Amino acid sequence: MTVTALLFASYADALGREQLSLDLPAGATVRDALERLRELPGGTSLPPAPLVAINLAYARPDAMLSPGDELAVIPPVAGG
Amino acid sequence: MRSAIVTRPIDLQALLAEVARHANGATLLFVGTVRDVNDGRAVTGIEYSAYGAMAEAELGRIVAEAAERFGTTDIAVEHRVGRLALGEASVAIAVAHPRRAGAYELSRWVIEELKHRIPVWKREEYVDGTREWLDPTAAKEPARP
Repeated sequence: MTVTALLFASYADALGREQLSLDLPAGATVRDALERLRELPGGTSLPPAPLVAINLAYARPDAMLSPGDELAVIPPVAGG
Repeated sequence: MRSAIVTRPIDLQALLAEVARHANGATLLFVGTVRDVNDGRAVTGIEYSAYGAMAEAELGRIVAEAAERFGTTDIAVEHRVGRLALGEASVAIAVAHPRRAGAYELSRWVIEELKHRIPVWKREEYVDGTREWLDPTAAKEPARP
């Protein structure tokens, strides 16, 4: 299955892009997707357990992904 | 109640007008502005960046929770993104409540939730031309003499 990964701010800078498609086996979790991202150039600068969101809502690392999901990897937020 | 992520300057008067009602004895406006110094470094401006769709959604959830928790829908919040100069408003929260204590608590609750939850990032620009993404979770460097 394919999911779309989104990167922001310092994470986008580290990996040199803001969006990519990930091909993952059925039943893959957020953790699996993060492992895949870590293998990319610059990916080792992602923290062990970053904040993530699936389809615009915060999600846990063991959450299962579905085809077409939008997985956002979210640096420490600093709004206000 | 209303909340939005905006790319234009925030109209503070309009925000106040949205929550004003005769049933309310207290109307309160919180304005967050770009400060000229952070952690001892002179700042010239801040670029706010957001995961727009989720920031809108999460801000909407916060406002809905606030309405439930404080028993009023007289809440209007805008967060601006893009490059902001010193003194410009990055966030504004207008609330109104029958009593002042409720208004203060509500306003404080919304800004604290917003800071912890909405996916917005700021890159500070310094006098020396460098810029950095802020990480509020990072350990603070010891104060420089």
